[in-house]
Amino acid sequence: MLGRSANGIFWLFRYLERAENTARLVEAGFRMALTRDAMDARDEWRSVIITLGLREAYERKFGAEYPGPLVFNFVLRDKDNPGNVLAMSEQARTNARMVRAGITRELWEAVNDSWMNLRVRLARPVTEARLGDVIDTIRRQATQVRGAMEGTMLRNEIYNFARMGSFIERADNTARILDVKYYVLLPSVSYVGSSLDNVQWENVLRSVAGERAYRWLNAGRMEARGIAEFLILDERFPRSLAFCYGKLRSNLAHLARGYGGEMASHEILRDAGNEMHALTIEAIFEQGLHQFIGRFIARNTRLAQQIQRDYRFAE
Amino acid sequence: MKVPPPSCYDEMHDASGAPRAGYEDYCGWLAEQPAELLRRKGTEAEAFFRRTGITFNVYGSEDAEERLIPFDMVPRIITAHQWRRLSRGIDQRVRALNAFLHDLYHREEIVRAGRLPARLLETNAAFLPQMVGFSPPGGVYTHIVGIDLVRTGEDDFMVLEDNARTPSGVSYMLENRETMMAMFPELFTRVRVREVSDYPRRLARSLAACAPPAAHGHKPVVAVLTPGTYNSAYFEHAFLADQMGAELVEGSDLRVEKGRIAMRTTRGYQPIDVLYRRVDDDYLDPLTFKGESALGVSGIMDVYRAGGITIANAPGTGIADDKAIYSFMPEIVEFYTGEKPILQNVPTWRCSEPEALKYVLAHLAELVVKEVHGSGGYGMLIGPTSSRKELAAFEIKLRARPDNYIAQPTLALSTVPILARAGLAPRHVDLRPFVLVSPGGIDITPGGLTRVALKKGSLVVNSSQGGGTKDSWVLDD
Repeated sequence: MLGRSANGIFWLFRYLERAENTARLVEAGFRMALTRDAMDARDEWRSVIITLGLREAYERKFGAEYPGPLVFNFVLRDKDNPGNVLAMSEQARTNARMVRAGITRELWEAVNDSWMNLRVRLARPVTEARLGDVIDTIRRQATQVRGAMEGTMLRNEIYNFARMGSFIERADNTARILDVKYYVLLPSVSYVGSSLDNVQWENVLRSVAGERAYRWLNAGRMEARGIAEFLILDERFPRSLAFCYGKLRSNLAHLARGYGGEMASHEILRDAGNEMHALTIEAIFEQGLHQFIGRFIARNTRLAQQIQRDYRFAE
Repeated sequence: MKVPPPSCYDEMHDASGAPRAGYEDYCGWLAEQPAELLRRKGTEAEAFFRRTGITFNVYGSEDAEERLIPFDMVPRIITAHQWRRLSRGIDQRVRALNAFLHDLYHREEIVRAGRLPARLLETNAAFLPQMVGFSPPGGVYTHIVGIDLVRTGEDDFMVLEDNARTPSGVSYMLENRETMMAMFPELFTRVRVREVSDYPRRLARSLAACAPPAAHGHKPVVAVLTPGTYNSAYFEHAFLADQMGAELVEGSDLRVEKGRIAMRTTRGYQPIDVLYRRVDDDYLDPLTFKGESALGVSGIMDVYRAGGITIANAPGTGIADDKAIYSFMPEIVEFYTGEKPILQNVPTWRCSEPEALKYVLAHLAELVVKEVHGSGGYGMLIGPTSSRKELAAFEIKLRARPDNYIAQPTLALSTVPILARAGLAPRHVDLRPFVLVSPGGIDITPGGLTRVALKKGSLVVNSSQGGGTKDSWVLDD
């Protein structure tokens, strides 16, 4: 396949993943803000902005105030935020159009439909009353795209590049959420074994759609280590770092078989995999969660760049 | 002031209002359909087109980057008998076009024989000196042709234009049929319509059959070259590549490697054998033509001339669909086939000739005047629907550069009804069948693109000027 198409499909799925994760983060923030007093609600919205790496852009426009509607409109549709959800949806569609000949009609229609839908729903500023509906649309459209992809795409290199885009992005997003939330919750974590603010922790899980899974696995016990372990190392949870890297491994391995050889990106991934395999949550906390995540994100970025080089995404 | 052309031929109904041959079954079905249902289907069809992304981009329009070409649900029907005659005429005309192109770039017999003025070639920008003395692989110049036909009576089909460069619209032919079949499946059990859906397969086969010498010994690699997602026909480029299982490439994906044109794949550069380019001659090779073009590939003309790649259509075919050349088509057909033309030309005055110019100036208000090198309905004058001011302004342009124009009578184009708000309403149509040429012969898909002027009385069917499309049915015997 064309290098340009590989790039197009890789980014198509990165944008889709990012748009969906952003919506989940907003949803969790909204829910949290509703149950808190004004002060805590503001902190919550600020943490959403920080997680998305938008603090500078946001404060340039609105200052240090964080009322909910300003924040979620900025994240969802503000033109001064080039990474707003609508723009990502449009980027995804532009990429899909570019690689139209490499994806199935159903996948294209799902992506196109998703963009057309969001464009209507995000045409006007979103009110608190409409936010739930908007988030729901984003989530449902993402599910539809995934379904079209699973059900109709050949399991070939195109599929591999698409999946790698999804999981590179998802790993990055989960890592960022964990990092920021961890800091927000730091005062309560500083004393290991303290009784934690269950609602806050549940919110961390909610932003990665993992609250139910975690409760089910851990009989409802909320504690920092358990949750960090779940989000980093639990291979059963589809948004954990370990899960994402498992998927990256199988997709990259599939490429190596098809191409008759490994590339530099395989090596980066192997190192990451070996390290993660040997990791325990104790070791992570020993070196510091923040430090661990910082290194993880940097290597994840390096891996993405190496894939783009190895498979000639650009000249 | 709209002057409707006198007594047009309606293809669906005769003067008494009864359905004509070929339309009986359809009209019977239509009479059974509640108006409300048809209206709802119209809305469905539009949603379908939007979702599938069958849009075209309009140059110079700010508000809507992508627009739909309106689709009308009433099909245009051609009987098996009519189609046989049309096919013979198209086949003859396309054979002549290819022989003509070969001659123009070799011995110019037709000029030597005094049947075509040499000046038409010498001053023509569509004539490419780079093609002189070169024979494209398989001897094929126009791999894909779209012949625009208009009709004025039962048996009166005329060729309005020969699109021999990069004719577009075939994706609408295919999608219109898909839409009709999805909306009215039962209709297709009542009327036996010939299939068009294997066009992409035929196209792939036809292109592969024109592979260059360098492709010898392996299955030819075909790619579609698009100017990119902003091009007005991008949807069609992607559609055809997808349907053929070919790569859709842009200029930036390509470069010359070891005497071949190669595309950057995830495994490195891989040679292409046949390039179905949807990029104009001017932009094809910055080394040879427009120096600043990023849409083409530097050096492709050298590779082409050395037998390293097939370019479809061949560069320089534009000379054959030039409007000044068009007026000589009857002579051209006769010269190369030795037969009388089966399909007539629309009578054409060449304004470069003083006598003709005099006539055109005296009858401007009755005529259609077109630019010799124009296309897409831009820059033309439709006398009967123009104001006195417009006529006067055009006359100045015409007097200043008479050789830039040809003129034709305002034809009483046939009509086919569209489904308007108030019910069926006749509108003018044309027809573009799609023709594939390979060393194995000429292949005409039974059908084509029917374009329809949606405004009452309008004769302009171009999609860029508010035209729509219809599904075109060729009936089985």
